[in-house]
Amino acid sequence: MSSDDGRMLQQKNLEGYVGFANLPNQVYRKSVKRGFEFTLMVVGESGLGKSTMINSLFLTDLYSTDYPGPSHRIKKTVQVEQSKVLVKEGGVHLLLTIVDTPGFGDAVDNSNCWQPVTDHIDSKFEDYLNAESRVNRRQMPDNRVHCCLYFIAPSGHGLKPLDIEFMKRLHEKVNIIPLIAKADTMTPEECQQFKKQIMKEIQEHKIKIYEFPEIDDEEEMKIIRKIKDRLPLAVVGSNTIIEVSGKRVRGRQYPWGVAEVENGEHCDFTILRNMLIRTHMQDLKDVTNNVHYENYRSKKLAAVTYNGVDNNKNKGQLTKSPLAQMEEERREHVAKMKKMEQEMEQVFEMKVKEKLQKLKDSEAELKRRHEQMKKNLEAQHKELEEKRHQHEEEKASWEAQQRILEQQKLDRLKQNKKVNIFIDQQ
Amino acid sequence: KQEVSYNAPELRLMWSNGEGARAVPLAGHVGFDSMPDQLVNKSVNHGFCFNILCVGETGLGKSTLMDTLFNTKFEGEPTQHNQPGVTLKSNTYELQESNVRLKLTVVNTVGFGDQINKEDSYKSIVEFIDAQFEAYLQEELKIKRTLHSYHDTRIHACLYFIAPTGHSLKSLDLVTMKKLDSKVNIIPIIAKSDAISKSELAKFKIKITSELVSNGVQIYQFPTDDESVAEINSTMNSHLPFAVVGSTEEVKIGNKMVKARQYPWGTVQVENENHCDFVKLREMLIRVNMEDLREQTHTRHYELYRRCKLEEMGFKDTDPDSKPFSLQETYEAKRNEFMGELQKKEEEMRQMFVQRVKEKEAELKEAEKELHEKFDRLKKLHQDEKKKLEEKKKSLDDELNTFKQKKTAAELLQNQAQQAGGSTTLKRDKERKK
Repeated sequence: MSSDDGRMLQQKNLEGYVGFANLPNQVYRKSVKRGFEFTLMVVGESGLGKSTMINSLFLTDLYSTDYPGPSHRIKKTVQVEQSKVLVKEGGVHLLLTIVDTPGFGDAVDNSNCWQPVTDHIDSKFEDYLNAESRVNRRQMPDNRVHCCLYFIAPSGHGLKPLDIEFMKRLHEKVNIIPLIAKADTMTPEECQQFKKQIMKEIQEHKIKIYEFPEIDDEEEMKIIRKIKDRLPLAVVGSNTIIEVSGKRVRGRQYPWGVAEVENGEHCDFTILRNMLIRTHMQDLKDVTNNVHYENYRSKKLAAVTYNGVDNNKNKGQLTKSPLAQMEEERREHVAKMKKMEQEMEQVFEMKVKEKLQKLKDSEAELKRRHEQMKKNLEAQHKELEEKRHQHEEEKASWEAQQRILEQQKLDRLKQNKKVNIFIDQQ
Repeated sequence: KQEVSYNAPELRLMWSNGEGARAVPLAGHVGFDSMPDQLVNKSVNHGFCFNILCVGETGLGKSTLMDTLFNTKFEGEPTQHNQPGVTLKSNTYELQESNVRLKLTVVNTVGFGDQINKEDSYKSIVEFIDAQFEAYLQEELKIKRTLHSYHDTRIHACLYFIAPTGHSLKSLDLVTMKKLDSKVNIIPIIAKSDAISKSELAKFKIKITSELVSNGVQIYQFPTDDESVAEINSTMNSHLPFAVVGSTEEVKIGNKMVKARQYPWGTVQVENENHCDFVKLREMLIRVNMEDLREQTHTRHYELYRRCKLEEMGFKDTDPDSKPFSLQETYEAKRNEFMGELQKKEEEMRQMFVQRVKEKEAELKEAEKELHEKFDRLKKLHQDEKKKLEEKKKSLDDELNTFKQKKTAAELLQNQAQQAGGSTTLKRDKERKK
């Protein structure tokens, strides 16, 4: 046997009393101490007996002359109103919130009359989400709508377009339990036909009404399947108590008899009450928390996180928390920056190298030219030197020659002089 | 008909959103009193989970105590004393008692107290506990999460095993417990308490309790707010720390087989409340307060961890004007902040590069300038040299010219002289001949 996260689990047998079989009692005790909350929404046209139904379900005058029900309040547009009552039974405290929608479906043009309803449900989800996301979390009140009783008028034909539209818009936000109101206006056969038609249309339009969870107990499941066959439940409500065969029962007095609210052969009220309050109230809350709320939350958070980011890239990454998402974005960005830095560094280095090389080349060129010129000069110098040297030699030899000639001349002159003197002497 | 007043204090504590609710009487049995049962059925179907951490030195009988508490043989061989550090070993088991399924995780500290330097001993324990909180937090923060089926690994109870010295707590114990008391429910127990005599035990307990108090260590208190268990819990609180003995060996006492430890001088019966506090521990830990331990872990220790973690990351609940942030605003603000930070860093880096490029360019330009200056200087020298050379050349040329002129003049003279000399000679000769 393995756990959900694939860890190795070993089954061990107990060889004696340990005591954790008492855990359920501990849970029981704590839950009673904590108290319970439940929010029930009722939706339907005026006059379908919604307030009467609530009073009948909870055996109280929730709506009375002091606190009139929705149909007694004339509304021009659809409102959403809450009534909170505290009830106690058998030591168990329940804070019951009833959400009314007076004006629903009563106008001539009912387009978007579901909008205030969806807005209300969403705003309760939002409140819960914000409370859950606070840094300092206190006791989180659960004001989310756990169940919506949708009242269908007993026309006997099928669902009205408004019914279909409403349920389609709300079936993924709240647990919808459709009810046939004022079922005492139909015979059992008519009722049966009507129910079949409604379920067919619900299936056709792929409307997801509240479903009973599967449980292991075969006996329980048999009962549940029986209930499923009777959906949607056809109900009758009453505020008056009538005496029938010595018993005091809630019912509606007609000249031809009394339609008893809690008589299973007259209507499905008892089934509704048992299922809504006595057996599945907790499940309605769990489904609201685990399914409807989670859907809302994940859509809301996905929108926040991917604000401005390419959605296609991130589809399928919804398993991350927004914080983890931000962390990842941060890491990605840091990596990108590092890469950019590296690239810029490379380009920089390359450019520098280029420039240095150019400089070097330039230096070499200049040096070369300078050497060339130097050599040139030196050559010229040498040439000049040689020329000079040659000239010097030439000059020297010429001068020598001249000196000889001079000497010769002098000698000759001397000689001539001597001769002349000699001649003159003669 | 039952009347209920909302002003009753216990009711007001129940629901923070109960303002404006009016109490109404019921005219009959509605049936919501089955809610606790509905809730319990759900939990039983889902199964429970409980995680115990055993902290204590090697050899204090942690594993044996677990086996005794849960009446089963868990894994593990006794460890040696030569561990280099403290590691945490965790094992998960599926147990069932009557219709209740329990996923029990037992975490043991291996090597605790064995090192010479124990300064860091508590660290791996704290890290382990934090890691479980972190895992839960991450799951809780995911966009698509499955908290309902998440296997909770957070530690619900920490059994701290105190060595039966009879004197006082070791400093390692005080340090460790101080580090753990804000993270986990600590239940201190005196291990192997059959080594202590009754009178010593009473003194030991008093000493331990006073040391814990004077060092400000917050141990787990069994809750006394629920009347049904207030009395027993309050009594048990005064028996802390529990002096326990563990044993999986059975000894025949009378006509029953009981868990016991047999000594020459007598037999210590584990489940005999005169012999040790084992039964008290089992009662408190498992039978009465297991759910409260889980609840405290979730609503107190985990919330503290979560709050610190989120504050660390800069999350706040209200803006400076004390208006509450919505989740969306918070996330967006966070995101914008950190995007802005990244962009700033990016810009800084770019600027730095621009700066470097500028500097390098200036450097190279400077070098280029120097080079050109150098060569200009050389060129000038060269020009000067050339000029000098030219001058020398000129002077030589002048000299050559002068010389040439001289030569030419001399030659002319010589030619003239020769001619004249010849004629002079002729004249002389002529004169002679006269």
